[in-house]
Amino acid sequence: MITPSIAADAKPWRARTETPFVRVTNLTKKFGEVAAVDDISLDIYKGELFCLLGGSGCGKSTLLRMLAGFETPTSGQILIDGQDMANVAANQRPTNMMFQSYALFPHMTVEKNVIYGLLREGVPKVEAQDRVADMLRLVKLDGFAKRKPHQLSGGQQQRVALARSLIKQPKLLLLDEPLGALDKKLREETQFELIKIQEDLGVTFIVVTHDQEEAMTLSTRIGVMDAGKIEQVGEPREIYETPNSKYVADFIGSVNVFDAKVEIAAPDMMRVNADIGPILTEPMSGLTANQTVHVAVRPERIHLSRDKVEADNSMAGVVQEVAYLGNISVYHVVLENGHQIKVSAANSLHDDNPITWDENVFVSWSAAANRVLTR
Amino acid sequence: MKIRFLPIAALLGFIFLYGPILSLIIYSFNESKLVTVWGGFSTKWYGELFRNEQIMGAALLSLKIAAISATVATVLGTMMSMVLVRFGKVRARGLLSGMITAPLVMPEVITGLSLLLLFVAMETMFGWPAGRGLTTILIAHITFCMAFVTVVVQSRLVDMDNSIEEAALDLGASPLRVFFDITLPMIAPALIAGWLLAFTLSLDDLVVASFVSGPGASTLPMVIFSKVKLGVSPDINALASLIILVVSVGIVAAALILQRKPKT
Amino acid sequence: MKSFLSKLGFSGRGLVIAVPTVWLVAFFLIPFLVVLKISVSEPRIAIPPYAPLWETVNGAIKFNINFENYAYMWEDSLYVNAYLSSVKIAAISTILTLIVGYPMAYYIARSPEPRRSILLLLIVLPFWTSFLLRVYAWIGILKTKGVINHFLLSVGIIDEPIIMMQTDFAVYVGIVYTYLPFMILPLYANLVKLDNSLLEASTDLGAGRVSTFFRITFPLSWPGVLAGSMLVFIPVIGEFVIPTLLGGPDTLMIGKVLWNEYFSNRDWPVASAVAMVMLIVMVIPIMILQNAQNREAKT
Repeated sequence: MITPSIAADAKPWRARTETPFVRVTNLTKKFGEVAAVDDISLDIYKGELFCLLGGSGCGKSTLLRMLAGFETPTSGQILIDGQDMANVAANQRPTNMMFQSYALFPHMTVEKNVIYGLLREGVPKVEAQDRVADMLRLVKLDGFAKRKPHQLSGGQQQRVALARSLIKQPKLLLLDEPLGALDKKLREETQFELIKIQEDLGVTFIVVTHDQEEAMTLSTRIGVMDAGKIEQVGEPREIYETPNSKYVADFIGSVNVFDAKVEIAAPDMMRVNADIGPILTEPMSGLTANQTVHVAVRPERIHLSRDKVEADNSMAGVVQEVAYLGNISVYHVVLENGHQIKVSAANSLHDDNPITWDENVFVSWSAAANRVLTR
Repeated sequence: MKIRFLPIAALLGFIFLYGPILSLIIYSFNESKLVTVWGGFSTKWYGELFRNEQIMGAALLSLKIAAISATVATVLGTMMSMVLVRFGKVRARGLLSGMITAPLVMPEVITGLSLLLLFVAMETMFGWPAGRGLTTILIAHITFCMAFVTVVVQSRLVDMDNSIEEAALDLGASPLRVFFDITLPMIAPALIAGWLLAFTLSLDDLVVASFVSGPGASTLPMVIFSKVKLGVSPDINALASLIILVVSVGIVAAALILQRKPKT
Repeated sequence: MKSFLSKLGFSGRGLVIAVPTVWLVAFFLIPFLVVLKISVSEPRIAIPPYAPLWETVNGAIKFNINFENYAYMWEDSLYVNAYLSSVKIAAISTILTLIVGYPMAYYIARSPEPRRSILLLLIVLPFWTSFLLRVYAWIGILKTKGVINHFLLSVGIIDEPIIMMQTDFAVYVGIVYTYLPFMILPLYANLVKLDNSLLEASTDLGAGRVSTFFRITFPLSWPGVLAGSMLVFIPVIGEFVIPTLLGGPDTLMIGKVLWNEYFSNRDWPVASAVAMVMLIVMVIPIMILQNAQNREAKT
């Protein structure tokens, strides 16, 4: 059996030999004087599940709406499958959108909602009905065809919206916070369903979300947005392990960020003077002594112990807070110089003497755990 | 205070509202022509009312005017509210919304006078409208009713989630199709409310019609006004009772229908 | 059809904008300008009974713009008095409507469903019946041989009928009666949003019911009070039917004056000038209304 090659496995963005499916070039959208989207360029490949991640007002929805054709760019270009979208109206585009509010037609049944797009395309009614039945089966809504949207639960409405946006087999599906209105448990289940449907159909997805966990779970790649610009584009692991800025490091997951000045920047050794004290990091080119930088280190990369351990970086402190989260515990350790550092550690079943409040401890981590950020 | 004062004040208020209406209805069945003397139960004033050709003719004319102007005003007002709410950037938007709000607060005497002066000026310039009557009343009523319809429909459109229409557009429907498939069914209650409001305002209008009407066309309020200026007349009581009956049945029915409908 | 129109340079969008706009310009904006124009024209005994703004006399253009109609209004105390009297009657009846309407609106807002919906319906219902006939109903009640006098005489409280018709009293009754829904609805819309826990908090902090009302409820409902008051005040200024039917010959209101100026005196320029000044008088209350509605929209 031959499985279709999907973007998640092929990773075309690494080779850059394939032509991007969606190419956004120098795209800007201004509302009055404010640029909601500010000179963005972005390539997205066929079969990707690309997440635009950012806080509210970062411009991610505006970017999505420009792709759908609901907003006209102030400047810049959008190419979808090689075709310039500048003069293509929303109802002529090869895209479909799933709305945050679902935007189901309240006066139509589930079936009428889903079939609407096919009938506009001129698909014969009998064929259209068959396709709707198939689609409803795919989203596990067979049996609900005659219901009106208000007779469905939130999760069911979400699936109707998904079915409606997929029925025309768009080349590109745009999803605006597709899981935002669901409660946490349902959201986690639906995430995997969404990935499965996307892989089965081979449609390219662009998902807008403010939830970094959701972005990490869903996407082949993530574009982190802030103030109308894309801060970083990369695979989830890349974004987490090697953020390129303080903003991205801070936005994705939990992190300790220290302001620092480069002390020694030699090819074989690098040391910075951070506010918590001197820190050894991996050598990094392009830095000069006295340059202002940030040092980011994830809490789970820091080791917590009662006894001093041999490590690149090690400091003494007192445990101020312990938060037990089940699988892990998070410790707030106040260092001798008064600065605070977050450490997280997996909880083991057999540890009957765990570190607790007010204990004197050592925090230690390797030079490789640090990420030096210039912005 | 909460226990005693409020219900009593409210009760007195409702008596104040409904007392006069009740007295109209009661005296419409009075045999005697004198208002205060009860001459026994009789429906003769209803018979007299239906035999009064002047009133019947005027009522027919008024209904005709109200139906036509409510319909045209609903079409124009819906277009206008779409322009104001859904069309995004429109040149001279300030002027447009000003021209919609102004008729709402414009005193009827001024609306009437200004339209009359316009019609006179137009007649001298273009020879149209020749004389005044049905056409001029229709134009006047459509104009001020349109403003009310726009306000009603506009508020419904503002409340309505824009993305529902965008979804239809996204699925390949043309803007016109979106309007008829999605927007129209969803704003239908507002259209009905707007139409009814326009119909009532037109049917009720005395002042504007008096200005712009000509000798041939007397609407029902104009006939009532000329009769009432001379004092109480029992057939007007009968007419009032009939109107109250029709309106009450209509309103209560509408309220029941609206309540039964599931909330979306 | 579509392509034909677009060849002519029409788009669907353009058409939707153009049709209602042209209508409003033709039948609202232009008439307004016509009134403005005639108000600065000289009256003439002719058809139409005013002079054109300019005419060519012996080949030279002669302008006929003058403000004599406005000056005339200022000199004749009738007009000034009519404006003052209109504002006075409107103000007094607004306050009376507020006094009658506020407890009703408050009572409805505090009522449980379904009573609340039924009461609201009862408030709106008279509004849908003929305005003229509701004013007319009061004639039968207030006149010398009317319901009230008949009742009072038969009970023996009075010996001879009280004269109520054709007085300012009757005018106030008529105005309060017909404009009551306009006061109650915005008040209700405001009061129904009032959070009950605010009243409980006030009581909890030791305020009595009366004190809670004047310190919490009434101040919070102020936008509703303003909106309702202006919705009564503005149209009452231009009111014609009520003072004509219920008021006496000395009930002076500007709507009545304008009507007479046009229908009886056929003085179109002065009628136009009266209309323009009436609009100016109304600008301030309209601005208050807009302000109140904007504030209401924000809450």
